[in-house]
Amino acid sequence: MLAILSLTPSYYLVLGALLFTIGSVGLLVRRNTLVMFMCIELMLNAVNLTFVTYANALNDIGGQVIVFFTLVVAAAEVAVGLAIIIAIFRRRQNVTADDIDLLKG
Amino acid sequence: MEAIVFFVCAALALVGAFGVVLARNPVHNALFLLLTLVTMAVFFLLQHAQLVAIIQVVVYASAIVVLFVFVITLLGVDEHESLDEPLPLQRPAAIVLGAVLLVQVIVLAGRHWVTGAASQRGALGSARSGNVQTLARSLFTTFLWAFELTAVLLVIAVVGGVVLARRGRQERRVPAVKPADSTATAPKETV
Repeated sequence: MLAILSLTPSYYLVLGALLFTIGSVGLLVRRNTLVMFMCIELMLNAVNLTFVTYANALNDIGGQVIVFFTLVVAAAEVAVGLAIIIAIFRRRQNVTADDIDLLKG
Repeated sequence: MEAIVFFVCAALALVGAFGVVLARNPVHNALFLLLTLVTMAVFFLLQHAQLVAIIQVVVYASAIVVLFVFVITLLGVDEHESLDEPLPLQRPAAIVLGAVLLVQVIVLAGRHWVTGAASQRGALGSARSGNVQTLARSLFTTFLWAFELTAVLLVIAVVGGVVLARRGRQERRVPAVKPADSTATAPKETV
């Protein structure tokens, strides 16, 4: 019991791995582009958790700075991605990923 | 105490993650995502990353989730997502590949988590007074060039978002689009 109660970085790393996996499976399974986008956010957050864990474990501020940059890139990605979704919705009135197959061979 | 907070928040984060994947209504998906993001901020606080935790709440949990909910309400809730797969094997294959990915990452996390290398960019700072100063010093000295580049990136993203979301010229003449979304996204182009 006491061994469980002392937190090691491995707990955070395993949690990050679980969240990343759930996000990636969701990205592959769902067809609504908005939900796929949320799954990408989930994966980005799992990676952020890993960075902060390593920053704490190795006593290095670099991990937290990288999280800062990841947040900036995620904000830019959300702005552009949601604009793309709105543009797609204007043309075809739904946002299902299966309908966007113009580049299919 | 710390362990109790961790396990409660870990359970909540996993509930939120499964909710993002499994919920049918996109608004519920966004709210489950919010749950996961807030618990993530708690994990950052537990690991002495105060500034990152605050940024997580302000930028992610507020701005990005609000943007998601805004777009969902703008587009209307689309609940009839087709459940029949055009590719028959995709769902089982996705779950199997996800399990393989999980095993790989956990093995990596168990084996290689401490290198013992000395810190290149400075220590975290004291846990008592917070590490905002340390983070700021590192950001504005070592990472200054990357920090300036993020400004360029954000400007490009904003310009790209405006260009993508505004209406094209030939599209504007077609009156088929509902007037509600023209006032919400491009107020000047009422024709």
